[in-house]
Amino acid sequence: MQPKKNLVEMEAIAKKLRREIVEMIGAAKSGHPGGSLSAVEVLVTLYFDVMRHDPSNPKWPDRDRFILSKGHAAPVLYTVMAECGYAPADKLNTLRKLGSVYQGHPDVRFLPTLEASTGSLGEGVSLGLGMALAARLNQSPSRTYVMLGDGEVQEGQIWEGAMFGAFHKMDNLCVIVDYNGIQLDGFVKDIMEVAPLAEKWKAFGWHTIELDGHKIPVLQAAFKEASNTKGKPTAIIAHTIKGKGVSFMENNPKFHGTAPTPDEVQRALQELQ
Amino acid sequence: MTPSRTKFELKLGIATREAFGKTLVDLGRENKDIVVCDADLSKSTYTSLFHSEFPDRFVSCGIAESNMAAIAGGFAYAGKIPFIASFSCFVMNKGFEQLRVAVAYPNLNVKVVGTHSGISIGEDGPSQMSVEETGLACSLPGFTVISPADEVATAALVRAAAAHVGPVFIRTGRMKAPMVYPADQKFQIGKSIVLIEGTDVTIIATGLLIAEAIRAQEKLEAEGISSRVIDIHTVKPLDREAIERAASETGAIVCAEEHLVDGGLGVRVAQVVAETQPCPMEFVGIQDTYAESATPEQLLDKYGLVARDIIKAVHRLVGRKK
Ligand SMILES: Cc1ncc(C[n+]2csc(CCOP(=O)(O)OP(=O)(O)O)c2C)c(N)n1
Ligand SMILES: [Mg+2]
Repeated sequence: MQPKKNLVEMEAIAKKLRREIVEMIGAAKSGHPGGSLSAVEVLVTLYFDVMRHDPSNPKWPDRDRFILSKGHAAPVLYTVMAECGYAPADKLNTLRKLGSVYQGHPDVRFLPTLEASTGSLGEGVSLGLGMALAARLNQSPSRTYVMLGDGEVQEGQIWEGAMFGAFHKMDNLCVIVDYNGIQLDGFVKDIMEVAPLAEKWKAFGWHTIELDGHKIPVLQAAFKEASNTKGKPTAIIAHTIKGKGVSFMENNPKFHGTAPTPDEVQRALQELQ
Repeated sequence: MTPSRTKFELKLGIATREAFGKTLVDLGRENKDIVVCDADLSKSTYTSLFHSEFPDRFVSCGIAESNMAAIAGGFAYAGKIPFIASFSCFVMNKGFEQLRVAVAYPNLNVKVVGTHSGISIGEDGPSQMSVEETGLACSLPGFTVISPADEVATAALVRAAAAHVGPVFIRTGRMKAPMVYPADQKFQIGKSIVLIEGTDVTIIATGLLIAEAIRAQEKLEAEGISSRVIDIHTVKPLDREAIERAASETGAIVCAEEHLVDGGLGVRVAQVVAETQPCPMEFVGIQDTYAESATPEQLLDKYGLVARDIIKAVHRLVGRKK
């Protein structure tokens, strides 16, 4: 079983992952830094405190599962998996290169310890529902966590899944929306407003929690509340900053899908000391 | 027949997606009925150019391709000429049901443009690649399906698509495309272009594989094998006459495309060959698999989509002809 880390340790891991994310995308010369950096605390809290999982037994049937529906943020998932021991830590800088386990988007063919291949936005809630239904059938305590982007929730399939999740009382499923306010072409409010987001999930029958997605203790409490909520699934609306931790990437649409130059990597690493 | 030229420099031009975006702006100036929809990829599809010049006729649909496809149907019912654009994989796969019932079935005047087609998008990997779009588009009754090779072909064929009444799918790519055509080349939907004359074998290709076919032809010529190269920029409806002529005059055909062999250009050409002048054929394309992340060049090499693979196919055919 993955041992739980304390807050100080998790905050240090978060910083380390941010450095690795910037470095690996810099080395790849392409990729998505903004949405990787905004999701760091959520993934660290899940992998080092909330989820029951065992890196020495990755296919343990009763493990909790995490699906990165916004698959373009693969670097954050790769770094947290490498930190746990699910993937080789010394190969992070092979991201996006021929033959690497670290494909541009999560690919179970290359990294079988991933829970799902993603990258086409909109599919994660449904995948999570399938896993959560299987856990219910197997009478397994396994819980399933799905991270969505705020742009991603524009996909209609998300709301088909939302309706299903509440109707089938999928209380072993928890969705986290990385509410960073930016999508590919610019700010979400200018492309296709999704607010009020918590109200939407609530209207679909979900338990909702709105919080600061960079505060680990707040996230810990919310995930506890989610697992204690019976009869309905939980949606956590995590307010985050795209590019969090690197001043020139923060809230900057350019760094949705632009890799930092070698000089920018150095400046970012200095800020992340 | 277009007079064939023997020397192709194949200098890199702009990407076909960029040529599409620029042509769309020209069309917007000429025709007020043209409207453009995009699904959070306007910088990548170059519809952002149209957005800047005609903000009132540009519709940002968010990340919601199926909604966008049916909105296009509504626009067309109301007499507009909608162009909808996204990566090929998203607009064709997520939009397929809507393209079927809200566009193809009522035979509406909708233009669907897929960018980032094939595996030559490179590092992003298979979830953003498109290897099925030609098969999907061709399976929609009434759709015209166009796959231009370079910027000149794209500009002319996007224009032709706008003038054509009926649903059209245009397949464009991410990479800078080698320039095949002179600026004044004429194009007609459904009419293929013989780029190089030849007598021993015909190479029928589209898109990026045109440049590879030309490279293959030059090497084969040095070996004493004379190959005809045809750009079949319209995959549907096919130029049956050119295919029949190639089959009867050269007696062997290789098809080359950056798409799954299943459902692709090659099997459609094979149907025409079987119906008219049966002859041995070979298929250069992606073999029943998804690709992976790497540079575009590495992927085209690994998945068998370069001149070398066309040459191998021609050698097999020459053996089979004997
Ligand atoms: C179905 C689909 N359409 C389009 C894309 C291209 N795309 C990749 S990331 C992105 C924007 C995502 O924005 P958001 O969900 O807010 O993610 P984040 O801000 O967390 O990076 C788009 C449109 C895609 N991957 N999948
Ligand atoms: Mg976002």
